[in-house]
Order: sequence, then C-alpha cells, then structure tokens
Amino acid sequence: MNQHHGMTLIVKNTTRLVSGFIAVFGVYVALTGHLSPGGGFAGGVILASAGILVVLAFGREFSQRLVTETQYHLYDSSAMAAMIILALLGYLAGGFFVNFMNATSPQSVGESVGRLNSGGTIPLFNLAILVKVAGGLAGVFLALAAFRAGGRSQGADAPSVALPGGAGEKED
Amino acid sequence: MTPMEAIVPLLVALPLLTAAGIVAMAHVRPLAKFTSGVAVGVVAVNLVLSLVLLPARVGPIYIGGWSAASTLGIQINCDALAKLMLITVNLVALASLVFSLSYMRQFTKVWMFMSLLVFMVAAMNALVLAGDLFNLFVFLEVAAIASYALVAFGCEAEELEAAFKYLVLGTVGSTLILLGVGILYSLTGQLNMGLVAAGLRKLTLAGGKVGPAPLLAAACLIGGLALKAAMVPFHAWLPDAHPSAPAPISAMLSGVLIKASGVYAMARVVFNVLGPSGPYATVLMTLGALSMVVGVLLAVGQWDFKRLLAYHSISQMGYVVLALGAAAHVLSGPSPQVAVASVCLLGALFHLFNHAAFKSLLFLSSGAIEQQAHTRMLKEMGGLARRMPVTGFCCRIAALSIAGVPPFNGFFSKLIIIVGLAMAGYPVLAALAAFVAFVTLLSFVKVQRYALEGQPSASAAAAHEAPFSMGLAMVVLAVICLLAGPGMMVLRDWLFEPAGRVLMAGSAALIGGAP
Repeated sequence: MNQHHGMTLIVKNTTRLVSGFIAVFGVYVALTGHLSPGGGFAGGVILASAGILVVLAFGREFSQRLVTETQYHLYDSSAMAAMIILALLGYLAGGFFVNFMNATSPQSVGESVGRLNSGGTIPLFNLAILVKVAGGLAGVFLALAAFRAGGRSQGADAPSVALPGGAGEKED
Repeated sequence: MTPMEAIVPLLVALPLLTAAGIVAMAHVRPLAKFTSGVAVGVVAVNLVLSLVLLPARVGPIYIGGWSAASTLGIQINCDALAKLMLITVNLVALASLVFSLSYMRQFTKVWMFMSLLVFMVAAMNALVLAGDLFNLFVFLEVAAIASYALVAFGCEAEELEAAFKYLVLGTVGSTLILLGVGILYSLTGQLNMGLVAAGLRKLTLAGGKVGPAPLLAAACLIGGLALKAAMVPFHAWLPDAHPSAPAPISAMLSGVLIKASGVYAMARVVFNVLGPSGPYATVLMTLGALSMVVGVLLAVGQWDFKRLLAYHSISQMGYVVLALGAAAHVLSGPSPQVAVASVCLLGALFHLFNHAAFKSLLFLSSGAIEQQAHTRMLKEMGGLARRMPVTGFCCRIAALSIAGVPPFNGFFSKLIIIVGLAMAGYPVLAALAAFVAFVTLLSFVKVQRYALEGQPSASAAAAHEAPFSMGLAMVVLAVICLLAGPGMMVLRDWLFEPAGRVLMAGSAALIGGAP
C-alpha cells in the first residue's frame, strides 16, 4: 500500500482501529432492530459507512481488493430477492407479507417478548434490509468515487467524465 | 383471502423479484444469457394475471394481515380503473421488451436495461394498485428513478444531459407531491385514500366551498402530477427525455409512464380523494387545453422524428386531461350531469388506452427506422416504406390512428371526447379539439411524405427490414390499433365503463372497495 493512495498515516491507523467496530455496531443496530430503536436501514447505513471510511482512507484500489463492485451488486440484488421471497412466504399463513413465524404459529421461533429471537419474520427482514442497504449505499459510493478518479487521472484536456461500469455504450 | 385476491400482490412481487434476480443472474456465468428471456417471461405472466383479474370482483386487500378496521394497514385497491391501467401497462411493457430483444443488441450491459425496465413495470403496477397516498408517492418515485437511469442508458452527452434535466424537474414534481400528501395527512390524520376523502368531506365549508388548506394541498398535488404528466407549463423535460432514451424506453415513457404516474394519479387524486369540484375542474381543463394546442403547434415544426413524437405526446395527453376536467366540471355543483360525465370519461379513458397503443408503436417504429437508416432526421430519410415494408406498414397504421382517421382507434376516442365536450357545454373547446386533430393529421402527413415515401436518401438506401422480434412487437400493437376502433363496444363494457364508474363515484369510491 503506497503513500500516494488515500490519506495520511494518522487517518489510516485510526480507520484500522475503528472501522471494525463501526461495522459491528451496524450489524448490532440491525439485529436488535425489532427490540430497540434502529433497524435494518439504520444498521445498513452504519455498516456501509465503515466501508466508505476504508475507501476514503486507503483509496479505491485498496478497498476493491476487499470487496469488488460485482460483489456489491450481488449482495444488493440477492438481499432484495431474499426480502421479496420472505414476503412471498407469507402466503403460507394466508397472505403477502404476513408474519408466518409469529408467536402463535407452528413455525414460531420466538419465546417471550423482548428476546432476540422474538418477532417472527421481522428480524429476518431487518437482516435482509441490512445487507441490501449496506451493499447498495457502498456500491453507489464506489461508483461515484470511480467518476472522480476517472476525471483526475486523465488530465485536464481529456473528457472529465469516465464511465466505469457505465451502461449501454453503443458497440457499433 | 380468495385466490383472486392472492394474485394481486404477485403483480408487484414477481417483477420486483425478477429485477433483483436479473442483476444476480448477470454475475453468474451460466445464467447470464437467460436474463432477457426471464424479463420477457415475467412481464408476459403479469399481462396474463391482469387479464385473469379483469372479470373478477376484488375487494380492497390489506397487506400483511392488517384488518380493514385498522387505519394503519397498507391497502391495495384493485378496482376497475386499476385493472384498465394494469392491462395497458403490461401490454405496452411486453411489446417493448419483445422489441428490445433484437434492438438492444447494439448496446452493452443489456441485463442492466432489462432489470431497470422490469423494475419500472413493478413500480407502475404498484402505483396503480396503491390504496394510500404515501404508497402512490413512493412508487411514483421508484418508477421515476428507474426511468432517469433508463433515459441516461446510452451514456452519451446528449442522453446524460436529458436525464439530468429530467431528474431535476422530476424531483421538483415529486417534492411538490410529497408536500401535498403531507398537508393532507396533517389535515385528516390519514394516508389511506378513502379515509382522506372522508376526512376532507368533513372539512368542507358551508355551501360546498373548499377551505384554504385543502386547496393548497390540491395545488401541490395537481402541480406535481401535472409535471409528471408533462402538461404544458411543466412540459420542458419531456421533449428532451423521451427522444434520448433507447426506442423501447421511449415507448414505455410516452406510452405508459406519463399516464400511470401523471394522468392516472391525477384522475385518482382529483376524482376519488379531493372530490371533483369547480376549481379543480377549471385547472384540469386549462392545463389540458393548453397542452393540446401548444403541444401540437410545437410538434409541427419538428424535423427530428422522435422529438416530433414527444411533442405529440404532450398534445394527446392534453386531450385526456381536458376530457377529465370537463367530466369533473359537470360532476361538480348541486346537480351533477352523470350521463355527460360518463361520455367525457369514456372518451378520456379510451383515448388513454389508444394513445398507449399507437404512441408506443410509433416510438418502436422510429427505433427500427433509426437502427436501419442511422438517422432521426426526417429530411435524411425517404422511401423507407419500400425498403422496410412491415415497419412502414405499422408506422402508417399508428400515424393514421394518432391523426384520427376514421376506421382506426384514435378517431373514435377523439370523436367521443369532442362530443363529450360539446355536451358538457364547451363548443369552443370541442372545435379547438377538432382543429388540433387536423393539425396532428398535417404533421403526420409530413412524416409519411419524408420518412416512408419519396426518393431514398443515401443513408436510407441500405436499409432493410427489422429483425423478427422487433417486427412481431410492432405488428401486435398495430393489430390492437386496428381492432380497438371496431371493437369499441366490447372494450367499453369490459374496461372503460367500469373504470369510468369508479371515477364518477367520486370521493365515496374507495370506502366500500371496488364497485
């Protein structure tokens, strides 16, 4: 990792220390979302911010060795698919989005109110939203970071918009 | 929950699942080549499901097992108006997807296009099924965001500029809509459309006057939705955004998006939530008449084929909104003239359906011509009817339909609108509508003369017929244009009259479920 990528050593070392804690906190907020303030979206934003911090401190090239853009696409889309499948499974109990694992149903995993395994499908939805939001937000940030990098590396007279992963360029 | 009621959420869930699945599939090597097929399949399933739902009587559905007594649950409202829109949206989406099987071969990352297009279809299905105002707003935004990305899909300077303009103006419209929804929520404490309507009825002042706060909410909502529908003072984004997108997307945007997120939402809000009353009717009629006239006058001078079509979309949407406004006008006041209103609404909804068919056909054929002749300028084309017989034939049918030539569908809907306007006591507006129909004909004679007839130009000489899937999509839409006119009575009984009754029931329509 050379000094020309990313920020100063102070920022890098601080990031090394805190980014793991930030990520764990994000997961915590999502996992306890059905019991306390927070939830999948808030947790996902916190988790994504850990990834964004790594991009800011170490540069885009380094962070892409950890998670590539393709992986972000996969996390994003499969979490969304998981959520819709979970909603469709509600048909087992009579309808779309019905909580088929609630306390009174045979599939219930919950015990008393206030425990981590209560709430039926709601913690599972929170988990899916966590992955979806974290993947989506970090993916959007990486895409925007790529725009910036493209503009800088090509110099002043080259077109400032490079389109990495840009869609639909004409082939002919 | 009856089987029919169980089907309704699938119309949203299946395309959403597919949109996510396509992105995942594209990154898994052996599955990547099936993405386009899956997209076509799911929209075909959607079309079948919406046709299956048509004869069924489906009451309001509460998502997640909430009861009707609770005012918190999310309500899905599958009434006759929603069914009409579902069929229109999925029909045009299927034609556009089949068309893009061949057309999109010239682009990279087709899976991204397919995913976004299916996502937009899911959002539009959810939008027309939404039974509460906030869901209406959310899915309006989802559909809009998918369409911003699709307009920019080609990633060239012109397309990015158009998409940015569309994004900025679309966001202004969405913010206005959100503000209007917020005001209504603070006034009534509800988001469910039926309950908001009931709350607003209690707020009506003596003598049927609307108070200042509901008027402000209505101004925000109608302003925002008019921006989405590209009514004339708010139309500046459309002539840039619609031609810049790839042809199947232009067909989707002009064919159904401005209807679902603009005209449908406006009709739903004005008739079923706010309740038709004098000031709203006047605003709708003014917007409609202005769009109708200004749109066509701007279209006459255009030489860019797709831009010309985009201006005609503004003009034709003007017809629909004008007829809706006239219906709202005769329904408001102490003695509503139900018979006249039903004629106006029949005209408006019939023209909405017809415009979806012929405008998407025109955009698809413009795409086929652009691919073969490598130009969008009418003066650089010529003689294409001989080089591309199928495309030329379909384009001609669509042009005659939009121009209102007798045996085709556009003639009947325009005739009903003009008769409705005359019956509602607006002979001047009726004459204006007839005049605009004449100018439209003039403009499409120009298209025929320069694109299809005459001497082939250098760029048009090498053109040959479009591939099979593109031809298939165009022929299917052309057949609909041909049959919708003579089959008007059947369509009226099955689609337009029940949908018109939903709107005529006014603010009471959504309480007891679907009529």
